[in-house]
Amino acid sequence: MSEASAHVVHHGPPTTFIRKHVFSLDHKVIGKQYYALALVAVFTGMVLSWIMRIHLVWPNAPIPLLGALSKAGAPGGIVTPEYYLSLMTMHGTLMVFFVLTNAPFAAFGNYFLPIQIGAEDMAFPRFNMMSFWTTFIAFCILVAAFFVPDGPPMAGWTSYAPLSAVGKDAGPGEGLGQTLWGLSIFVFCIASLLGALNFIATTLDLRTKGMTLARMPIVSWAWFITSCIALLAFAVLMPACLLLILDRVAGTSFFIPSGLNISDHLQPHQGGSPLLWQHLFWFFGHPEVYIAILPAIGIVSHILINSMRKPMLSHKAIIYCMMGIGFLSYMVWGHHMFLSGMNPFSALVFSFPTLMITIPATIMTLIWLGSLYGSNLRINAASLFSLGFISMFVSGGVSGFFLAQPSIDIYLHATYFVVGHFHMVMGVAAIFGVFAGTYFWFPKMTGRMMNERLGRLHFWLTFIGTYCIFMPFHYLGLAGNVRRYSAFTDDFLVPLIPIHKFITYAALFTGAAQLIFIFNLIYSHAKGAIAPANPWEATSLEWSTPSSPPPFDNFGGVHPVVYHDPYQYGVESSTGDYLMQASPERAGETP
Amino acid sequence: MRTSKFGVAVLIATLCPALMFGGTISGKVTYTGTPVKQKPIDMSKEPSCAKQHNPPITTETVVTGSNNTLENVVVYISAGADDANAPAQAVTFTQKGCQYTPHVIALHTGQELQVVNADQTSHNIHPLAKVNREWNKSQPPGSPNIQEKFDQPEFISVKCNIHPWMHGWFAVLKTNHVSISKDDGGFSLPNLPAGKYTVTAWHEDYGTQTQEVTITGNETKAIDFSFKAKAY
Amino acid sequence: MGGKLFAVIVIVIALASAVPIISHTFLGASVRPPEDISTHGSDIDKQLDETMIEAGLSFLAAQLVLGFFVWRFGGRKNGPLKNFPGGAKYLVIAAVLFVGTEAIALGALGTKAWGKVFFQPASADALPIQVQAGQFAFYFRYAGPDGKFGVIHPEKIDEGNSNFFGLDPENDVAARDDIQSGEFVIPVNKEIHLMMHAKDVGHSFYVRELRIQQDFVPGLDLSLHFTATKVGKYEIVCTQLCGLGHYNMRGYLNVMSQEDFDKWLKSQSNS
Repeated sequence: MSEASAHVVHHGPPTTFIRKHVFSLDHKVIGKQYYALALVAVFTGMVLSWIMRIHLVWPNAPIPLLGALSKAGAPGGIVTPEYYLSLMTMHGTLMVFFVLTNAPFAAFGNYFLPIQIGAEDMAFPRFNMMSFWTTFIAFCILVAAFFVPDGPPMAGWTSYAPLSAVGKDAGPGEGLGQTLWGLSIFVFCIASLLGALNFIATTLDLRTKGMTLARMPIVSWAWFITSCIALLAFAVLMPACLLLILDRVAGTSFFIPSGLNISDHLQPHQGGSPLLWQHLFWFFGHPEVYIAILPAIGIVSHILINSMRKPMLSHKAIIYCMMGIGFLSYMVWGHHMFLSGMNPFSALVFSFPTLMITIPATIMTLIWLGSLYGSNLRINAASLFSLGFISMFVSGGVSGFFLAQPSIDIYLHATYFVVGHFHMVMGVAAIFGVFAGTYFWFPKMTGRMMNERLGRLHFWLTFIGTYCIFMPFHYLGLAGNVRRYSAFTDDFLVPLIPIHKFITYAALFTGAAQLIFIFNLIYSHAKGAIAPANPWEATSLEWSTPSSPPPFDNFGGVHPVVYHDPYQYGVESSTGDYLMQASPERAGETP
Repeated sequence: MRTSKFGVAVLIATLCPALMFGGTISGKVTYTGTPVKQKPIDMSKEPSCAKQHNPPITTETVVTGSNNTLENVVVYISAGADDANAPAQAVTFTQKGCQYTPHVIALHTGQELQVVNADQTSHNIHPLAKVNREWNKSQPPGSPNIQEKFDQPEFISVKCNIHPWMHGWFAVLKTNHVSISKDDGGFSLPNLPAGKYTVTAWHEDYGTQTQEVTITGNETKAIDFSFKAKAY
Repeated sequence: MGGKLFAVIVIVIALASAVPIISHTFLGASVRPPEDISTHGSDIDKQLDETMIEAGLSFLAAQLVLGFFVWRFGGRKNGPLKNFPGGAKYLVIAAVLFVGTEAIALGALGTKAWGKVFFQPASADALPIQVQAGQFAFYFRYAGPDGKFGVIHPEKIDEGNSNFFGLDPENDVAARDDIQSGEFVIPVNKEIHLMMHAKDVGHSFYVRELRIQQDFVPGLDLSLHFTATKVGKYEIVCTQLCGLGHYNMRGYLNVMSQEDFDKWLKSQSNS
């Protein structure tokens, strides 16, 4: 179908404060709410990582305020072994779910997908509101786990059974805290499924006249593909969490075999399989990491095209690569389980598609690089973070190439090599996508410009800082440094502590640099320079709205008509070297 | 009148010393048969502790002295004495060289327990209480002493979650009349007013035995306990 | 200006990142796998080296091209727009052919090393030793002179009394001569069949110098086999999050000459 003409059920402009800012049906408000929640989550997750890094290199130094916050977890301010693991668990859970699924996908997608396709709102505004508030409830349940008497969960964000399934015999933090974790993620899955449904229906049904699927901007394609992945992935995680909760409170044995003696307590369960949890979890978990990166790929590609003032060599190739990655992401989950005790032949079966993912990843990288050639690349905070994304995506992707091979994984599994790999792709590259999107779209969302100098400073410090933090993780991994250790007391680990000290200093420095971003966000909101309607001279529909921020129905009662593909750059027009999608003007020569 | 006054005076004069000093039940705990040889403890996973024990220490399930004496037997008054109150003083249990010292401690219900970590490694003490509330607490080096109380009488097996070989016992009792035998097997329960008492001797592996003893004045009643060693 | 600065920084970072890989040290510590004392490890090391070369060259090439292009075209105003020669087509072909072949080749080569560890069972005359992983220590069991392992009774486990495996020597004759040890003592140049048992939750067995790693899964009978080629003491560490003491869960592999091993085994029987 070339375009769809279904219209969202009109809702009038909100009048009350509650309807405007709290229980809003407006996708733009909901997008900002997701962004705010992600900000709170990322700040919390970052502070947790600071405590972890400080404890690792100065284990005997009391950490100020921590002793008061958690008497059991940090008596006298000294982090106990279980509290370190709890901090790590909450760090991972907050970052993967509440930051990396929320910010690039739910926040920016909610705000800009409807506008980029020319719609008034999402297909299901009420579902949309429910999605956000359900996510918020999930967040509250997770944070509540910090305050239960037995402590927050400590089984990692991966929550492997039976450690996570048997209850408090397994250790402190494995009481109510772990159950709350399962409940929080279960609720998060509901929210994500609603959100994915909304994105898919909106993309397929609400495109305005002239907006064929082929004319959708690359970032809208990214959100669409991501929501297709999310629909299947979260649908598997949700029952998995339910089964985990049942094992914990209802005496079932989905994940627990018989004959376990845990801390002198014989477990009554029998018949379950710990590997079943791993399969269910990673069947979700691997697509999840692509849910985290694909929107960032879309955002960065979208911004780079605008910055280069010329289309990608083939942005369609990038879209096909994203589809290919989405498809392959469902075939590779076992590469997290090469050494798990699965039939070793299956390692080869999972390794092959994992290695195949390098193909679309390489195609995208070569197209980005090739497109830079012969461009008029504008340098600003948004484009710098996009270029930094390419650098990080290469670094993180290359280390994945090692881990995809089972024989090498024998040595590198569960070392800091793995931690370095996923932090570079998720913890840095995806976040760079969020930063780039923020600098790029802030003028449209608020009507003001962010401070460009502070933005560049933020970039330089963060780019250098994150390389200083995460590149050494790979060296540690090559030395065999095991992960998830709360202390480095083993003979072979002690000589590596100077590297850990270097990393800790880099982490604290880079963390502090983020204050520049926070300051810029808050200050620019209030006092930033008033933004022109199209400060980046961009083409997609969000820059055609009558105001910044857009009016409640996005286009002021008008349904825009689309005349061009999304990347008419390097053409002669009355506006300059570009043609907006909604402009009926005809294109000039393209090079 | 005069006789009864005199009688009361004599009674008081006789009773006073008994009230002030009382009788004593004491004796020795021994075993018959051949106890299982205690096994050496491999602490190689914790070098900072392993190097403190050369030769390695052994398990302390059955600790004996010369002349077949049995150590670490908790001997206490299980009936016949007032329950009394918990002493204000705390009982200390120390983790040193990845070993609990002493192996067995006795404390009154409600009496404060102080757990000290004297090692350079973290410990996580886990009293496996079945009647009292079960808990475990981590103690990194440099963190404060753990202070806890138990409300119910119970013999609680104590382990360290981090170092599996560490093992000890808390004898939580309703009485302050308790004595734990040392390597000479001896025990002594002084300050007992006249009355009929049940004396219980508890050993962590060989079980429990009781004897009835009557104290009439300030005498010392000698009783012995003899446990049968187990083959396995 | 920003473009040139970006180019310089990204190139410096790329080159600086490569230095510890080439020199194998960073901040005074060795950052390479330790010496290999196994019979299968050389295949893994070769695979690692080849991957490092290919990945390293790809990494450097991409970062250098990124830096170079940003230097050249960053901040360029109103220059004539040009497309990369050949456009997307040749880049796609290059990616599919070059990367695809490289990936398949490395994957295929790697199956040899993987197969040596996991596809073949232990040989019939390998020395069987059992390891039990439990919060938070490894304990090893040798069958003793009768060559039979006693039955494990989880309810009889009594760690304070050194009955780590829950053996019942009173009623189970085969258990009477089983030797338990906190150290993993093995003879050099002899294949070991390591049978893995999980007492409570998931754990993992990792000896860097042996180039082996394998999870313990409660409820599953898993095993590893390997041959150590050099006498010495090597650390065994747990690599699967198993609770608060995970960081402290380690043991020592003690590889001895056959003669010393026989003496050691005999001394354990006598005690």
